Amino acid sequence: MTAPVSGPTDAPVVHLRDVTIDFPGVKALDGVDFRLLPGEIHALMGENGAGKSTLIKALTGVYDIDSGSILVDGVERRFSGPRQAQDAGISTVYQEVNLCTNLTVAENILLGREPRRFGRIDSRAMNARAGALLGELDLSIDPRSTLGDHPIALQQLVAIARATAVSARVLILDEPTSSLDAGEVAELFRVMRRLRDGGTAILFVSHFLDQVYEISDRMTVLRNGRLIGEYPTAALDRVQLIAAMLGHELDLLEEIEDAVATGESTAGESVLSARDIGRAPGIHPMDLDVHRGEVLGLAGLLGSGRTELARLIFGADRATSGQMSVNGRPTKVRSPRAAIAKGFAFSSEDRKREGIVGDLTVQDNLVLALQARRGFARPLSKKVKEDLVSRYMEALDIRPRVPSALVKNLSGGNQQKVLLARWLITEPQLFILDEPTRGIDVGAKAQIQKLVADLAGDGMGVLFISAELDEVARISDRITVLREGHCVAQVGTECTVRELTSLIAGGGEL
Amino acid sequence: MTRQATIKKLTASPLLWPAAALVALLAVNLVLTPSFLSIRIQDGHLFGSLIDILRNGAPTMLVALGMTLVIASRGIDLSVGAVVAVSGALACAHIASATDPTSPGTVVTATGIALGAAVALGLWNGTLVSVFGVQPIIATLVLMTAGRGIALFITDGQIVTITSPPFKVLGAGYAFGLPVAILVSLSVFALVGLLTRRTALGMLLESVGINPEASRLAGVRYRSIVFAVYVFCALCAGIAGLMIASNISAADANNAGLWIEMDAILAVVIGGTSLLGGRFSLTGTILGALIIQTLTTTIYTAGITPETTLVFKALVVIAVCLLQAPKFRAALSRRRPRPQPRSGPPAPATAIPPQATPSRQPTGPTTQASAMATK
Repeated sequence: MTAPVSGPTDAPVVHLRDVTIDFPGVKALDGVDFRLLPGEIHALMGENGAGKSTLIKALTGVYDIDSGSILVDGVERRFSGPRQAQDAGISTVYQEVNLCTNLTVAENILLGREPRRFGRIDSRAMNARAGALLGELDLSIDPRSTLGDHPIALQQLVAIARATAVSARVLILDEPTSSLDAGEVAELFRVMRRLRDGGTAILFVSHFLDQVYEISDRMTVLRNGRLIGEYPTAALDRVQLIAAMLGHELDLLEEIEDAVATGESTAGESVLSARDIGRAPGIHPMDLDVHRGEVLGLAGLLGSGRTELARLIFGADRATSGQMSVNGRPTKVRSPRAAIAKGFAFSSEDRKREGIVGDLTVQDNLVLALQARRGFARPLSKKVKEDLVSRYMEALDIRPRVPSALVKNLSGGNQQKVLLARWLITEPQLFILDEPTRGIDVGAKAQIQKLVADLAGDGMGVLFISAELDEVARISDRITVLREGHCVAQVGTECTVRELTSLIAGGGEL
Repeated sequence: MTRQATIKKLTASPLLWPAAALVALLAVNLVLTPSFLSIRIQDGHLFGSLIDILRNGAPTMLVALGMTLVIASRGIDLSVGAVVAVSGALACAHIASATDPTSPGTVVTATGIALGAAVALGLWNGTLVSVFGVQPIIATLVLMTAGRGIALFITDGQIVTITSPPFKVLGAGYAFGLPVAILVSLSVFALVGLLTRRTALGMLLESVGINPEASRLAGVRYRSIVFAVYVFCALCAGIAGLMIASNISAADANNAGLWIEMDAILAVVIGGTSLLGGRFSLTGTILGALIIQTLTTTIYTAGITPETTLVFKALVVIAVCLLQAPKFRAALSRRRPRPQPRSGPPAPATAIPPQATPSRQPTGPTTQASAMATK
């Protein structure tokens, strides 16, 4: 594994030292060091929940840090709001352009800093200044045109021009390319290089590896809120990068693969069999089979379509192609409700938005899916409810053991267990688990992994998705590898985690 | 359970403040008119200010019950006032044009037509919101505007007066010594209470209101539930429209149910149900509706001019809402630990001009308790 580079000679313009940010139940950032040098494009890498956005929000003053320090030009700063960060020269351009589309380009660039004459806005001077700023970036946009008339890509460049107008020495670009086509990306990169050569430090976040390798000079990898390392881009190849992001040094992978080999398949007949299932444009038609007593792992990077595929199967999104059969009988699953009637269960990766019902009690959350399936007119009796709740709270070790507590007040790990229990109460035959161990502490993680293995052992079919490859490899009997919406490989336990990593990185060629 | 625990449970109840406010209002009335609480029996019917409050508040109460469920589902229904007008207009128009306006058959048909129309309007709202995903405030605004127009169209822009004793029963009649209107509203309250709390409907509705997407993924019939609450709300408004028309034996398309949506929303909010949706309290809503009606009565008996009525309403509403606001409560409890050095400057209390007194009054639960104790 590549060793992190030792101290560059330039003094960092931004330096985070041992920064920790605590959220209830989870450390979003855990003693992270981060250095951004003047005149570099620095890629911040990591999977969902690695702490990328938390780090950005700490830098831009959205979150207050719990410990550690932020140094700008060697001076310790404490930002209590985005405005202060901006005044310190740190500007951010978010994925969603937040400019005023009904104003002109010049008005947007100089919003709040308009040149004035006799107390009124001097629009001629404003247009001239905006034109000059755009010229510096070599952009030919008419400053008097209305922003909304331009495509998103240009609006993004205007947002960058606005950031430079504040004389930003640090520019943070959060997924700037996600809605751009190839030509627009090239234009953006040209502007980024120009700014870099002028001495601006650029922090670049993107999940497109190609782009990261094309544009960045150095990269910092985070995982689970911890710093994994800081590397020159040239010194880290893709497989190494992915290994760093997904959670293991390569030599460690060899050890884990032994564990995979020991897992023996107890697979029975097929629970779910999907043929050519897909959803245009993101998910290309693919086949998928889950058998009784088997854990099928879905491996792939963020954006590879792993979550989208799970949602298709559960009916949360409508498939645009393909057929599914359950227990050998052809079925259509048009809604989550239909899927549940077939004995499916789906624990979403977005626990807060798609999982818990925060203001309801633990008890109500636990019985929600079962009650919904029974319909409102057949309420569970108080006794049955209490029995179920106490049994499952015990079995999954949900703490505190208080059925009347509001779910939103539980820790992340316990909320996750509540969700798992909600589905287990419905006694599903196919359990789709999307990132069930993300953002929860190690103890709960191990409990959940063991639970998944036990469930399969009892004959349930499990579709298991995790960003952590070693977890997928350890738990799964078979693994389907996804890349950019394609199924690139179906492998059994004989596949090593190293091979898996290169499958994910390279798209099928070993 | 120890006494302390009981008290703690009682003060933690979200119904405490609305109940306290209602008691305080009644106390104010008792001071203004010493005979306020007295109820006399005349011809076997109960009479008195309290009975008046109940009877006049019955339509608002009914509409507020429907509104509670809509608000619990994360929605709002601005069209209830218009539905009140349409329902009253249809009933009166039918009775007026009937050959025998006094026959019970005519009244039953009229009621059927009015409630059928109300349900149809509810279906319209429900379709816009749950099928097409139009924002509730916009979807129901359409009917709020259009509905009154429909009512005017039905009545030809006139006030339709009718003479039909059977029709008068709903709004002005008595049964078991009590006004029929309040009996109807309370029965609906009991029915909804049973339906939401004895079945799982209440829990599923709250779940939809708190987190629609999570509920959908858990298999809750999200659309049907949202659809149903709008239909139910319109049905409640339809019955309220009949009550109002029956009480005055006329359909006034311009003024029947005017601003009743505001009163209903206020009743819901005062009762402790959050406008953000989710957990709801039907009892709270009933208390809220009673507060509003008592307030109106108080203003009249206190001899305050009708022009300033709305201002006083606003003050009480602000006070109750502030008491429920988490930030305001936090600010209050932050001040509370320091009552010992109070002997110092009590300046702020005296410095506050008199109009601030109503909003301050309910803040001290002890003053109210002692005020009650002296009674």
